[in-house]
Amino acid sequence: MTRVFQTATWRKLQWPLLALALVLLFNFAFTKDFFELTVRDGRLYGSVVDIFNRAAPVMLLALGMTLVIATGGVDLSVGAVMAIAGAVAALLVTKTDLSVAAIIPAALGVALVAGIWNGILVGWLEVPPIVATLILMVSGRGIAQLLTDGQIITFQNRALEFTGRGSFLGLPFAITLVVIVFLVVIFLQTKTAAGLFIESTGDNETASRYAGVNTRAVKLMVYAFCALCAGLAGLIVTTNIAAADSNKAGLWLELDAILATVIGGTALTGGRFYPLGSIVGALLIQSLTTSILTRGVPIEYTLVVKAVVIFAVCLVQSEEFRKVIWRRRVVA
Amino acid sequence: MKTLKRNIPFLATLSVCVLLYVAAGLNYKGFFSARVFLNFLSDNAVLGVAAIGLTFVILSGGIDLSVGSVVGVVSIVLAILVDGKGIPPAVAIPLVLAAGTIFGAGMGILIHYYALPPFLVTLGGMFFARGLGFMIKMESMPITKLGNIVDAITIPLGGAYEIPATAVVFLAFLAIAIVIAHFTRFGRHVYAIGGNEQSAVLMGLPVARTKLGVYALGGFCSAAAGVVFTFYTSSGNPTAGTGLELDAIAAVVVGGTLLSGGVGLLAGTLVGVLIFGMIQTIITFQGNINSWWTPIIIGLLLLAFILLQKAIQSKRFRTR
Repeated sequence: MTRVFQTATWRKLQWPLLALALVLLFNFAFTKDFFELTVRDGRLYGSVVDIFNRAAPVMLLALGMTLVIATGGVDLSVGAVMAIAGAVAALLVTKTDLSVAAIIPAALGVALVAGIWNGILVGWLEVPPIVATLILMVSGRGIAQLLTDGQIITFQNRALEFTGRGSFLGLPFAITLVVIVFLVVIFLQTKTAAGLFIESTGDNETASRYAGVNTRAVKLMVYAFCALCAGLAGLIVTTNIAAADSNKAGLWLELDAILATVIGGTALTGGRFYPLGSIVGALLIQSLTTSILTRGVPIEYTLVVKAVVIFAVCLVQSEEFRKVIWRRRVVA
Repeated sequence: MKTLKRNIPFLATLSVCVLLYVAAGLNYKGFFSARVFLNFLSDNAVLGVAAIGLTFVILSGGIDLSVGSVVGVVSIVLAILVDGKGIPPAVAIPLVLAAGTIFGAGMGILIHYYALPPFLVTLGGMFFARGLGFMIKMESMPITKLGNIVDAITIPLGGAYEIPATAVVFLAFLAIAIVIAHFTRFGRHVYAIGGNEQSAVLMGLPVARTKLGVYALGGFCSAAAGVVFTFYTSSGNPTAGTGLELDAIAAVVVGGTLLSGGVGLLAGTLVGVLIFGMIQTIITFQGNINSWWTPIIIGLLLLAFILLQKAIQSKRFRTR
C-alpha cells in the first residue's frame, strides 16, 4: 500500500485531489443536500451524479488531449470536431433512414478523418501543433455551420438520444462511455508499448526517432484518438439536448480540456502523462462550476474562479515559484 | 538577397492580397472604389490594432490568448466610466489603456519570472478578463458621449471621402509599431529573443525587461482595440471580441510571421488583416455565398501559407 502512495502518479495526483476534496468539503459544510442521492425510475439523481454527468464531455476530451499533450502537442480543434460530429449525426437521423448502428459509426468516422488530418499536418508536414489544429478549429465550425445550414437541427430518435440521456446501471450512460475510454487509455499506457512510445516522443522526439520509434505514426495515432474522443463527446452533447447546435456545441471546451489535463499533472512540454489526473482535473472544473451555481453565485464568476485555478496550478507546478517560496522560508 | 529570401512569406502574402483585390475588383462592380478600401481598414480596425500587439508577442516567441477578452472588459468599463460616471473620455481612455498595459505586464511577470508556459498564463488571463467584464456588467450598454472625439480624428480627404476615425487609429498604431519594431533597440531585442532566447541571454540582452515589455505592449494594444471597438459600435459590450484572439493569430500568421518567433514583419500583419477584410467583403458582394464560408476560406489560406513557409524553410535548411 505504501508503495502505491509513493509512485509518481500519486505525487502528481495529490494537488488536484486535494483541491477537489476542498471543493467537496466546502459543499458538504455549506450546501444543503449536496451529497444526497435519490433513486427515481431506476436511476440515481443528485449533485454528485450531476457533476459526473456534466463533466463527461470534458473528461472524454481531456483523455484524448492527455495523449496529444504527452507527445508535446496540443489539439485546439476538439470543440469544432464536436460540433461537426453532432451535425453529422443530426443530419443523418433527420434526412436519412439509417439506423443508429450506422449513424454513430458515421459520425465518429467523420471525427476520425478530422483527427487524421491533424495528425498528417503535425506528423508529416511538421506544422506546429497550435497552428495545425488552429486551422481546423477556425474552419471546422464553419464546416459544421454549412452542414446544418446555420440552423439548430432538432431530432427525435430514442436510440440515438440514449447516448446522451440514457442510463446504464443506474448511472447516466455518458459516465459508462467515459469509463470505457478511460480503461482503453489505461490499457494502452500500461499493457502495450503505445504508452511508452507516446511518452518518448514527447520527451525527446529526435532521440525516439533514432531509437526506431515511428514518431509520425505515434502522432497520427494520438490526434486520431483525440478526435475520436471529441466525436464521442460531440455525440453526447448533441443527443443530450436532441439538437445539433453548430454555433454552441463544444464552444471553448478545448480550453477546459487542456486545463483539465494540465491540472492533472501532464506538462504542456510533453512526456509523462496521467489519465487519472486529467479525469480529476475535469471533475474539479465541473464541481467548481456546480458549486458556484448551487451557491447562487452568478454564473459569470465561474470564469474568474477558473482563471484563479489556472494561475494557482501553474504556480504550484513551477519550479521557480517553489524556489522563491523555499528561499523565503529559509530566510525566515 | 538574404533579406529577399527572408521576406518571401511576406511577398507571397502581399501578392495573394493584390491578386485577390484585382480579381474581386474585376468581378464586382464598385469594388475598386475608395470607400470600399477605406472600409477594409475601418471595419477591421479592432482586429488590426489587436493583431499589431500580438505580432510583437509572437515575434518574441510567445502567444497571447487574452486579446479578445481584454477588448470586452475595456469596452464595458469605458462605457460605464464615460456614460455612467460622467468621466470625460480624455481621462477614461488613458485609464483603461494603463489598466490593459498593467494586465499584460502582470502576465509577462508570470511567464518570465516563474517560467510558465505563455499559452496557459494567457489562457488564465483570457478567462479572468472575460469573467471580470461579466462581473462588472452582463448586458451591453449604449454610449453617447464619444461623438466629439470621433469627429476630431476623422481625416477628410476632399469630396465625400474621409478616413474614418477607427482607420486613423489603426494606421497610426501601425506606423508607430513599425518604428518600434525596426528602428528601436527594444524592437531588435524582441527579434533576438524570438530567434533564440538562450543566445539573447548569453549576449547580455535585457531579456526580462523586453519580455515584460512585449506582454505589456500586447495588453496595451488589446486595450486600445477595446477602445476602438467602443468607438466603432458606440456601445460597451462585455462579450465584445469573443474569438478575436484566434482571428488575430490567423491574421498574424497569414501575414508571414512565424509562430516560433523571430521572423516576421508588422507590414505583413497589415496585409493579413486586409486579406481578412477582403474575404468578408467579397462574400458580401457575391451575395449568394453563405457567410459560413468565411472561416473555412480563412482556414484554407492559413494552411496554404503555412505550407509555403514550410517549403521555404526546408529549402533554406538544405542549402545550409
